Amino acid sequence: MQLNKKWKFLRLSIAAGLLATSGAVASAEPLKVAFVYLGPVKDGGWTQMHDEARQKLEKAMGDKIKTTFVENVPETADSERVFRQLAADGNKLIFATSFGYMEPLQKVSKVFPNVKFEHVNGFKTAPNIVVYEPRFEEGFYLIGTIAGQMTKTNTLGFIGSFPIPSVMRNIDSMTLGALAQNPKVTMKPIWVNTWYDPGKERQAAETLIAQGADNVGQNTDSPASIQVAQEKGTYAFSIDADMSSFGPKAQLTGTTEDWSGYYIAETKKVLDGSWTGNRHTRWGLKEGMVVMAPLNPVIPPAAVKVFEDTKAKIISGELKPFVGPISDNTGAVKVAAGTAMTDTDAAFNSVNWYVKGIEGSVPQ
Amino acid sequence: MNPIVPMIASTVVAATPLIYAALGETIVEKAGVLNLGIEGMMLIGAVAGFAATLATGSDTVGFMAAAGAGVALSLAFGFLTLNLQTNQVATGLALTLFGIGLSAFVGHNLAGTPLPPLPPIFIPGLSSIPIVGDLLFRYDIMVYLSLVLFAAVEWFLIKSHAGLTLRAIGESPSVAHAIGKSVLTTRYLAVMFGGACAGIAGAYLSLVQTPMWVEGMSAGKGWIALALVVFGTWKPARVVLGAYLFGGVTQFQLFAQGFGLPIPTEFLSMLPYAATVVVLVIICRDPKTILLNQPASLGISFHAAA
Repeated sequence: MQLNKKWKFLRLSIAAGLLATSGAVASAEPLKVAFVYLGPVKDGGWTQMHDEARQKLEKAMGDKIKTTFVENVPETADSERVFRQLAADGNKLIFATSFGYMEPLQKVSKVFPNVKFEHVNGFKTAPNIVVYEPRFEEGFYLIGTIAGQMTKTNTLGFIGSFPIPSVMRNIDSMTLGALAQNPKVTMKPIWVNTWYDPGKERQAAETLIAQGADNVGQNTDSPASIQVAQEKGTYAFSIDADMSSFGPKAQLTGTTEDWSGYYIAETKKVLDGSWTGNRHTRWGLKEGMVVMAPLNPVIPPAAVKVFEDTKAKIISGELKPFVGPISDNTGAVKVAAGTAMTDTDAAFNSVNWYVKGIEGSVPQ
Repeated sequence: MNPIVPMIASTVVAATPLIYAALGETIVEKAGVLNLGIEGMMLIGAVAGFAATLATGSDTVGFMAAAGAGVALSLAFGFLTLNLQTNQVATGLALTLFGIGLSAFVGHNLAGTPLPPLPPIFIPGLSSIPIVGDLLFRYDIMVYLSLVLFAAVEWFLIKSHAGLTLRAIGESPSVAHAIGKSVLTTRYLAVMFGGACAGIAGAYLSLVQTPMWVEGMSAGKGWIALALVVFGTWKPARVVLGAYLFGGVTQFQLFAQGFGLPIPTEFLSMLPYAATVVVLVIICRDPKTILLNQPASLGISFHAAA
């Protein structure tokens, strides 16, 4: 891991050195675009999706750009070093693909005002930092649509990582999507307090299934819960990537991301000079940043039709996942009838309540 | 469905890799060597076992490859600490870092490949007994072998002559050396045994518990195994008890959450660690027992006087 990174740096610096000596001769240099990844490129999830988009970007833009990436960059002071190095090596557009890079980016962006930074899922922008984020809640609402129709026990489960607003929105929207199809469902959440621990995720999935949940969603990173569902004959939903190879019978669908459209659009903006800072972009199903994993053939055609209709309504804007009336599971009204909570509302970014239908109380 | 039976079943599965790793380390430490590299050896075992099973389709080959990979890494540790007499703590930590990096490097192309799970062994007749059959006779073979390993380690340490020699070397290597015992050979064998056990523990993760390879999949279990050895005061029975306790409380806290008990999840997540430490400390509270069981020369390099 460490070696790998060092080797990349070595290659990077050699490349930079070569460019520096030959730069005087070449007239139109390609735009250098860099990607910083939290995990390995073959993680089967989050980072892999970013890297696939990087490859699509390279294909789409040809020799107008040159991309590099650094993988396994921890969300610590280490990342600051990586960002500095990449900027110093002449990269003009840098995609930082994890939430935890937020503070290091703030520092580095001030030192390199001519480098453009793109930060996923963050909330701090700057004249040379923009933020981009998928509308995960749309994907989770559709997962709920399927789960609500497929459950026989009327009990759903959810393996949560940390009870932060962006994850709370996912469990809430999955529950709302399920309730819209089946008002009898209840949702059992289990928080594992980690993004990634296959063993613990497995135990959580086993517990939920033992307690009667036959459709389990997740906001953790490994395919463990899909494997458990495959063994026990229940259903599960993938996140970030299509994980159906880990449980072809178990995975009904899932929410995945395709970042390539956004990466291509932003790179074009830099090339034609129309890129501006201080923006916050949220793309969903409509823009193709949120993509549903293939539907399992076991889902009956009627349920598929509901799914497709709901998806079409979300894309057209007719349906918003958080449309009122929505009350939390203590009975307090959170979204009034006739209104919808969207990502421009302050409340959207501080969701810390369970919708009606979720058991238990929110961990504080 | 009665939720208690599956809960106990997942406890057993969660505890099994800890048992392998911790029993291996017990032998290593009883010989007076402190190997902090369990986490690294587990990861190497996990990736080697996964790759071998993927290539041959045989779990047996996978576990053997994992044990072999663990031994190979432990030999590096043995050479450094036993021959070159480097600091055992620093070398062990280096071994963990090395194992994490090497396993990620070797397994780069294996991530995201699924593997069919090891089928449980259903002992005919016994496994169909209601409840008892579900509780006792429906595990994979490695669960039963972990109990065999426990019995073997217990017997070896207490009843066998070789075990007595090993303990003597852990207490006072110079005395053992003076009466003609080979400290180096015994310690090498102990370190290799620890490596093999850690490798198997790692393969249990990548072949049985979650049949897949992902970087860093041991998620700190090597450190928990290490702690179990100390809190279990180097007694195999207590080490195994600690492993089941840890697995059980982890399972219980998830179960409690699923029932919607109003307890903060951060507290529940801490519970397995706290409960295991508290229980083992209470069992082993007598300082005399600790002193008696702790190998006197643990972590100290031995240099035979010419």
